[in-house]
Amino acid sequence: MRNKTGLFDIVNIILMLGLIVVTLYPFWYMISVSLSGELSIMQGKVNFWPVDFTLGWYKTVFNDPRIGIGYRNTIMYAAVGTAIALMATSMGAFALSQKRMIFRKGIMLAIVFTILFGGGMIPSFLVVKELGILNTMWAMVLPGAVGTFNLLVFRTFFEGLPEELYDSGRIDGLNDIGLFFRIVMPLSKAVYAAIGLFSAVGIWNNFYSAIIYLRNPDLFPLTMILRDLIIKGTLDAEMAVQSTVGGDLVTTDALKFATIMATTLPILFLYPFLQKYFVKGVMLGSVKG
Amino acid sequence: MNGRRPFLKRLDDSKYLLLLFLPAALFYLIFEYAPMFGIVVAFKDYNTFAGVWASDWVGLKYFRIFLFENPDFLLLLRNTFLLGVYSLIWGFPAPIILALLLNELRSSIFKRTVQTVSYLPHFVSNVVIVSMITMFLSPDGGLVNKIIGIFGADPVYFLSKSEFFRTIYVSSGIWQGVGWGTIIYLAALTAVDPHLYEAAELDGAGRWKRMLHVSIPGIVPVIIILLILNIGGLLGTGFEKVFLLYNPMVYATADIFSTYTYRVGLLQGNFSYATAIGVFNGVVGFILIVATNRLAKRTQETSLW
Repeated sequence: MRNKTGLFDIVNIILMLGLIVVTLYPFWYMISVSLSGELSIMQGKVNFWPVDFTLGWYKTVFNDPRIGIGYRNTIMYAAVGTAIALMATSMGAFALSQKRMIFRKGIMLAIVFTILFGGGMIPSFLVVKELGILNTMWAMVLPGAVGTFNLLVFRTFFEGLPEELYDSGRIDGLNDIGLFFRIVMPLSKAVYAAIGLFSAVGIWNNFYSAIIYLRNPDLFPLTMILRDLIIKGTLDAEMAVQSTVGGDLVTTDALKFATIMATTLPILFLYPFLQKYFVKGVMLGSVKG
Repeated sequence: MNGRRPFLKRLDDSKYLLLLFLPAALFYLIFEYAPMFGIVVAFKDYNTFAGVWASDWVGLKYFRIFLFENPDFLLLLRNTFLLGVYSLIWGFPAPIILALLLNELRSSIFKRTVQTVSYLPHFVSNVVIVSMITMFLSPDGGLVNKIIGIFGADPVYFLSKSEFFRTIYVSSGIWQGVGWGTIIYLAALTAVDPHLYEAAELDGAGRWKRMLHVSIPGIVPVIIILLILNIGGLLGTGFEKVFLLYNPMVYATADIFSTYTYRVGLLQGNFSYATAIGVFNGVVGFILIVATNRLAKRTQETSLW
């Protein structure tokens, strides 16, 4: 078989190691700086390992009320949004997976068309405004509730369930609704877990809905707060430095890195669970997409 | 004659299914199709107090203004198009190359490790990515300027120079997406018949030759489908990352249709004009995807539908 390790393999392995470094080092650097003492950072001593280890920056971050509000809001949006998304999407997908369903083809066509064309930012904004949910939690949760991709994944999965399953349920006197909740849902836990994780991460990372639909700072999710603190904050400070007399950089790099990491940690912790599911999810959706 | 009975029967048969479908139906009607009809705003003078229906019709006025009278139009078209084209030229081959290289790794543990690591940036939000870019490129002690400093160069304020915007956008986009993009190609590669590799080996083909003449032809159909999708999305560059990354100093290269729509519509309150711009963008994108699909159908045997 293929035996000796040649030049090709060596170059390939070096390239792959390079990719790992390029991917992980930015995160590692942020973690190291955010765990280091101020003096060591200023002297440029922090390159790889934290120097003068301290948790002080994280204490400051988690004591900031804005981070607290952001966390509370983001967790609420992610929890409520994921629950709604899972229910609406899976129920709809189940209906469309049944051959008996009336207008099945037409509905599928209408759904897939939304991938290709949409009303766009302003008409969507006007709809949300007319519904009176502008500046409420519902604006963060409802406009993205059903993802067409997720719906297709669910549908493909439900179509793969054996027909006998339904027959036995019907003999027990279940109608389609009972069938769905008593038989189909319990058998589909893995798909629910996968789509649920995807949806939760999507809402956790969502910035678009917040910048379009929210004005009230008390409702801002973490993404909005992070943007105000880091991106706008840094730019404003630097422009101030450039244009007028040196405006002091109020927050230090370490504090900013700690803020970035604090908002990303849940995703990083979730990642091992996520990656168990996601490849399967992607493949399931693309098979019959 | 009895054409209606089967229909009523089918309706009766589906009544519980229709009930299950109701929430999703409401979602698509309200949040997907209502905005599509909301496009009429682009042909009216939208007045907040009168609402969508009572506002006066103005026909194509806003399209005319945008296409022929707005000096920004050509700039926006150019920026949106170039950002899409550069993302395609650099971003499209990257996951293909990575997938081919991953496919050649002999140790499956190492392969899985590289995959797991390379997927990670896909799950990090654009806000965090742009925060990282902002910090790393900062002229005041940012990592990149620190490295440049080692070679004795002065710090560069990358984010305020319009000539750097596209490079920053595209390269960070590759960093975010290259690993995730390999999934579909790796799946296609597992479907390549192993006998083909053995036959090529017997014919004296080395790893490089096998990659070129067995692996790549094996995934060409997938490449074409994804290429169609990508060309179709050429003018569809997302709002979020550009909006987070840009600032007034780099509008010359960074301002695109969607960010302009946001400023005109939501910041200046000119809903009709902003909608017209969005519709123009959406329609051109739609035509682009239909056209590329038709082209692919004619030249290759592959198409989306």
